[in-house]
Amino acid sequence: MGFASPTLRVTEAQHRAIVAHCYDGLPNEACGLLIGPVVDDEPRGPVAEVRPCRNEDESALTYRLDSRDFMAALRAAEDRGEGLVGCWHSHTHTDAYPSPTDIEQAKWYPEWVYVIVSLRDGDPVLRAYRIRDGVVAECQVVLDR
Amino acid sequence: MPVEVRLPTLLRPHADGAASVSATGATVGDVFADLAARYPGLSDQLVDESGSIHKFVNVYRNDDDVRYLDQLETKVTDGDVVSILPAVAGG
Repeated sequence: MGFASPTLRVTEAQHRAIVAHCYDGLPNEACGLLIGPVVDDEPRGPVAEVRPCRNEDESALTYRLDSRDFMAALRAAEDRGEGLVGCWHSHTHTDAYPSPTDIEQAKWYPEWVYVIVSLRDGDPVLRAYRIRDGVVAECQVVLDR
Repeated sequence: MPVEVRLPTLLRPHADGAASVSATGATVGDVFADLAARYPGLSDQLVDESGSIHKFVNVYRNDDDVRYLDQLETKVTDGDVVSILPAVAGG
């Protein structure tokens, strides 16, 4: 592996909020942003805020995070001296692994952690990845109580 | 009128590595045309073949997405900041 994959630390409440937002978005994909301390493009500590955003595509197959929500989140992060740690989106009918489109689009933000929530089966599955140069590396997700 | 154009990391190589560049114009479209004259590789990343803002690019005048203003006709004035942020998107 040519790069390190950071550990993503979220609280149980944040984990629930992400999954709930994904269910609320059905039948379409849902998406949101993770805000927290970032130093030298790496998350430094637990996620401070999970921020649900709108999916401009309103599609079960794709997402495009609302540009206004994106700027608002960026400014909120900057105001607190934090940054964007990454994003999440749901897969409604496939597993919690980056699709070819996800891998292609990740080129723009290679420093991010990409959380994918699969709603395909009875229980939601949340996994996290770093994606660089077309290479996918899974990140450990640690739940803080 | 000079405005500051902020570029994402991946587009900086098209602008000699600069994180932000100064450009002039009365509208966002003018500003892009000014950039295109100096950095030909950059404009292909911002505007598609039909002359519209590329599908996966968000363009903001200060903090407002120009798609909700007047697209490339959105007026800019001295001191405005035009930010280019690639869309967060996938499948």
